[in-house]
Amino acid sequence: MKEEKKYFNSLNHDTDHVNGANEFDEKLSVEAMMENADTLSASSTTRRDFLKFLGFSSVAATLASCEAPVVKSIPYLNKPEEITPGNPVYYASSYFSENVFGSLLVKTREGRPILLNSSHNPKFGGGVNARCQASVLSLYDSNRLKNPMRDSSEYSWKHIDAEIINQLKNTSKKIVLLTSTIISPSTRSLLELFKKTYSNFETIVYDTISKDAMLSANQKSFGSRFLPTYDFQKAEVIVSFDADFLSEWLDPAHAKQYTANRKPENGKMSRHYQFESLLSVTGANADKRVPIKPSSQQAYVLRLYDALLALTNNQSIKSTKTKHDNLINQIAKELWSNKGKSLIVSGSDNTDVQVVINAMNMLLGNYEKTLSTTIKSKLYSSKNEDIDSLITDMNDNKIGVLMFLNTNPIYTLSDSDRFKNALEKVKTKISFSESLDETSMFCDYVCPDTNYLESWGDLNPYTGFYALQQPTISPLFNSRQVQDSLLTWMGNTVKYYDYLKTFFKKNISNNWNQVLHDGFLNKISDKKNAPEDYNFSEVMSTRSQATKSQIEIQLYLKSSIGTGIHANNPWLQELPDPISKVTWDNYLTISPSHAQELGLKNWHVSNGALDGDMVKLSVGDKHLKCPIYVQPGQTHGVLGLAFGYGRENAGKSGSNVGVNAFSLYEKFNRNQIAKVSIEKISGVHEFACTQNSHTMMGRNIVKETNFSDYLKDPKSGNKQFLLHSHKGNVKPSELTLWDEHEKDVHFWNMSIDLNSCTGCGACVVACHAENNVPVVGKEEVRKNRDMHWLRIDRYYSSDMTKERAKEEGVGAIEMYKKMEEPASSENLEVVFQPVMCQHCNHAPCETVCPVAATTHSREGLNHMTYNRCIGTRYCMNNCPYKVRRFNWFNYAGNEQFDYNMNDDLGKMVLNPDVTVRGRGVMEKCTMCIQNIQKSKLDAKKERRKIKDGEIACACEKACDTGAITFGDVLDKDSRVSQEKKNPRSYYLIEELNTQPSVFYKTKVRNKKV
Amino acid sequence: MKHEASIREPLIIGNKSLHDISEDIAKPIETSANKWWWSLFILSVITMLWGFGCIFYTIGTGIGVWGLNNTVGWAWDITNFVWWVGIGHAGTLISAVLLLFRQKWRLSINRSSEAMTIFAVIQAAIFPGIHMGRIWVAYFVFPLPNQFGSLWVNFNSPLLWDVFAISTYFTVSLVFWYMGLIPDFAMIRDRAVKPVFKKAKNFKEKISNFFKEQTSSYNIYSILSFGWSGRAKHWQRHEVMSLVLAGLATPLVLSVHSIVSMDFATSVIPGWHTTIFPPYFVAGAIFSGFAMVQTLLLVMRKVVNMESYITMQHIEMMNIIIMVTGSIVGIAYITELFIAWYSGVEYEQYAFLNRATGPYWWAYWAMMTCNVVSPQLMWFKKLRTSIVFTFILSIFVNIGMWFERFVIIVTSLHRDFLPSSWSMFSPTFVDIGIFIGTMGFFMVLFLLYSRTFPVIAQAELKTILKSSGDNYKKG
Repeated sequence: MKEEKKYFNSLNHDTDHVNGANEFDEKLSVEAMMENADTLSASSTTRRDFLKFLGFSSVAATLASCEAPVVKSIPYLNKPEEITPGNPVYYASSYFSENVFGSLLVKTREGRPILLNSSHNPKFGGGVNARCQASVLSLYDSNRLKNPMRDSSEYSWKHIDAEIINQLKNTSKKIVLLTSTIISPSTRSLLELFKKTYSNFETIVYDTISKDAMLSANQKSFGSRFLPTYDFQKAEVIVSFDADFLSEWLDPAHAKQYTANRKPENGKMSRHYQFESLLSVTGANADKRVPIKPSSQQAYVLRLYDALLALTNNQSIKSTKTKHDNLINQIAKELWSNKGKSLIVSGSDNTDVQVVINAMNMLLGNYEKTLSTTIKSKLYSSKNEDIDSLITDMNDNKIGVLMFLNTNPIYTLSDSDRFKNALEKVKTKISFSESLDETSMFCDYVCPDTNYLESWGDLNPYTGFYALQQPTISPLFNSRQVQDSLLTWMGNTVKYYDYLKTFFKKNISNNWNQVLHDGFLNKISDKKNAPEDYNFSEVMSTRSQATKSQIEIQLYLKSSIGTGIHANNPWLQELPDPISKVTWDNYLTISPSHAQELGLKNWHVSNGALDGDMVKLSVGDKHLKCPIYVQPGQTHGVLGLAFGYGRENAGKSGSNVGVNAFSLYEKFNRNQIAKVSIEKISGVHEFACTQNSHTMMGRNIVKETNFSDYLKDPKSGNKQFLLHSHKGNVKPSELTLWDEHEKDVHFWNMSIDLNSCTGCGACVVACHAENNVPVVGKEEVRKNRDMHWLRIDRYYSSDMTKERAKEEGVGAIEMYKKMEEPASSENLEVVFQPVMCQHCNHAPCETVCPVAATTHSREGLNHMTYNRCIGTRYCMNNCPYKVRRFNWFNYAGNEQFDYNMNDDLGKMVLNPDVTVRGRGVMEKCTMCIQNIQKSKLDAKKERRKIKDGEIACACEKACDTGAITFGDVLDKDSRVSQEKKNPRSYYLIEELNTQPSVFYKTKVRNKKV
Repeated sequence: MKHEASIREPLIIGNKSLHDISEDIAKPIETSANKWWWSLFILSVITMLWGFGCIFYTIGTGIGVWGLNNTVGWAWDITNFVWWVGIGHAGTLISAVLLLFRQKWRLSINRSSEAMTIFAVIQAAIFPGIHMGRIWVAYFVFPLPNQFGSLWVNFNSPLLWDVFAISTYFTVSLVFWYMGLIPDFAMIRDRAVKPVFKKAKNFKEKISNFFKEQTSSYNIYSILSFGWSGRAKHWQRHEVMSLVLAGLATPLVLSVHSIVSMDFATSVIPGWHTTIFPPYFVAGAIFSGFAMVQTLLLVMRKVVNMESYITMQHIEMMNIIIMVTGSIVGIAYITELFIAWYSGVEYEQYAFLNRATGPYWWAYWAMMTCNVVSPQLMWFKKLRTSIVFTFILSIFVNIGMWFERFVIIVTSLHRDFLPSSWSMFSPTFVDIGIFIGTMGFFMVLFLLYSRTFPVIAQAELKTILKSSGDNYKKG
């Protein structure tokens, strides 16, 4: 303790101190002193020591009294070679869910997948829709099972395996795997292996949404059950009967093909006719849209077929007249003059209709040109009768073990009660569900499958096209991949990964590493086979008349929720429906004229939110209570209801949202004609709709032109707005009070092609994921407080225009009142416009902020400094585009907003490069400034300039159709500079002279003049 | 002594002597309150506390507890702010501008209307504070030196101009008001009973003596009156100071509401972006300020027996001002409509059509009726000299002016450029609670004032007794 005085002599003398070996030569002997009273009293303390102790103890006491939050940050003990904290690592992988295949590039940060990009690589297939984008959040769903379960309690794999093997071995009855279509070749071979072990094993394919009609039609026409692949890009004339091919028909990749042939700059554009009952995304994009009833589709198809036949061999038209015979004849002529360059598709669940569709495509010589029978699509394969015979077998006590893979029949079957009752007769029920869904509730064993982002796999979606799936994170929970479970149960000790690799090398490609790197392997041969044998005689037998009914119902899929697998994904629940803009709901859509006839209505309450009448819907002996949504553009006499809602056991976000439309999906027919009735009942439903005014009110918001006009003048429909001034008529930018901002390094601009945007909403989800945009829930969306940085505005056309008002002498008040009304269903046109912060160079928001929290960057961007923001909301008021979003509450870590940001698991999806905003601050699109910054630093390190296309905003990456282009306009060769010169380019509300950095390109339709 | 034409109505009626004036004005302070005062006071305190509760709820939870949304970022908060600031205009106008114009009739009402001004500005100042998403960093709006480098306020922003305009206005009004109060406080002090105490032995005794019931009023008013002794020098300085402050305050009357109007006028939103706003807002502010003065004084003259001082003459004068400013406001409304049409800008045209015929038509027509039509009734002498009518009309004008701000703010925002973002606004109980709460707070302040302050500037009033007093005029 007591220290002898030492005097400093020289450096050499005090070597210990100098070398640093004994930097702290003496420890404060706290222990010695405090340990017991004896030593304490024995010790003699000098004044200096006393002061040391005093200092120590007061600091210790102070530190102990203020508890700092403990955030554990554990460094890698052994750093993996490829991971550098702060740098993203990308893995190529694939998505296959709900019969949708997507080719992905998974962005991981510090070992966590946080964003899914479309790989944009495969020329063939591989579209990434909104549900695929959002599936990264489903990985972090707190509703996922943490452990395997037996009889609703957690159990160990070891015991479960033993019990199941025992059950499998001892059953003499059938062992059935009820699965959705399996496109994995190795899994299929594995199942064959399983059958070798258990000879009573059988696989039954059950796709939630059945494409049996198309498969059977091809069976009839070509003698084999398959789906063709389509190439909409090669089609000059497209006729679609109720096929929502841009969104939810067969393959999201069709949107990419479709828009590729709709670029007016190429001097040609396809013409698209859509006959449909509900207003779909595809119908909204069509050049000519005809609302028809589902029951009359057959008549239209036959009429068109006959019209085509008439052109072939001058036969007279036998089929009954339709309302649009002139149009049908005109279409037939157009199709005829585009033989081999046209495409007719139908979404009908009627095999007869599909047979005629095949016949027409054959007649037009489209096979092997715009659609292929040699490159088959393997995405759907189920047979409608199979599930029926399964239920019969179950009732007959023929099934001993029933396993569910990617199927949830108790939720998705129309007669789920029958299934439920039959299920009781099955001794062993095993589910592979990731979470405890409606079916696994009734299972004896739940052996949770790993999420696809945690799994290995191979996929063969199209003939000759292979893709690989690889884990991007090790399993979060004690779950096991199905294939591994099956291997274990057949007593095989091989891991599925090894099995897959061996199988892949043996049967598909030796070049495993390369395919894993690319994510896919294209072995499609360019050789064109002749079309398969075609059987024309089948067509003749299909001329039976369809029954008609006063009210028909058409079930449909929403691009946000789909079949309901992702119902617990709050990003998707909050993604507005592309057409109705309603979130967190399904509802019975009805045409305005029909609603009026029945005295049903929607109305806005005092805060602008939408309310609707409730009705009791009866289809046969099924009854549903659901709200009414009046949908312009819909056919009179048709009701629409979306699948995927009304789940009882989806999780905290997805349970009890809407009603279950699967109960009406009888005989796997999406339209039900017989005995449909609705009846108004008491009660009011509250909608959460993000857009409550539907027309452009005669304003130049979405500029539109027709292709014929475009060919004459590329600037058609895009008239330059001029202001009257003392200098004559000038552009708004020539009259300005403000000095220009300096832009000497970069000037970031974004181009949005309204002709390529289909309105699908994948970009909105990608923006959520990239920028940590919070989910606010139904109540808040209803109050018009959604937080989307990027929204897609949808406008309907109106029958009233300024020109018409002038002609008819309608006054301004009357004119505006009528303009608010969408046009009648027959004439309705729909446009979409993605709107995010326009990054104005003369930004109204920047001048009004009292604390300069929003400022202009030297690179043309409008910055938002969250830390400086005091939340006056003045910027939001003064934004002409209304793109600013205010944090009305704390959305992260708040019990009131119990979504992904309120649980530790869900928070793992957050992008570490982007701040999670607190309450009271304003936020908005930043043009993914974190990506810009990253690329700038990368370029700087490598001593080069930033390459065009190196920086991509999340929305741009998510857009399969390439509607969004981002880049530097100071770089004269960049794509965005070229776009800026395009005669179609214009600024939104240019007359305000806000000088946005975002510009739009006019919408061009190819209407028949 | 100034001579006044006999044709002018007397400004002090009843046979008042100088002493009577002192008696009458000191009476509410020297007597205890009746149950009417108490019941009104308790009611006001309750509403005030309710309002404070709503404010704490807002600050604790988030602005989301109000009815605002992505499209309508301001509604009742800023409506109430502008409304209260507008009300705060009459006081300074009466005491400063009318002083410079030598309008003697101001003398009976300037004290109370200035008190009203100060209390109203306090209410107004609450709103810009609590409407911030992060009130805890509200100090960012002041140009404080800091260590964050170039972090500085944005002098382009009208909200920042508001900060300066309102704080200046409040300060000058307060000082000006206090200046006038000094001789009157001295009068109260001098009337107070002041028994002689023995010299206090210690500090404790000194304090307790101070608050002894008998002496407390003397002590408090002697502090408040800054040792005013009524010497000629005091009076001379007082007069000069008043004139200087009046000169300072006069431009502020015009500037404050001009600047408040620029919150809207400098924006791009159709319906806000209007160059007529500054004069129109100032006229509207004076209009609503006088209406509020009427509302308060008509009650006060009755309750504290000031009928002799606040006469029909005063009421009529104020009614004429209400009529004139109301007409200016009416012309402004019509000019706005004309310019919207004349501009040829479709957004502008739609904004005004939508005001009159859109979903908020009722607010627009409530505003039109209350602000444009009803003041025109003041052309009839019978109506403008009717106390009941004046009282009802003053309430109407206050309602109308509240709606004016609501119409400007909400109907302009709720449908601006892109129809996709159009929305509506509906207040929540918190919005309403805070507004009612500020009324309660205002009334609490005013009621306390009416019992503790000389409600009429008696010293100054005495100067006109011999020229405008009823008894002196008659002969």
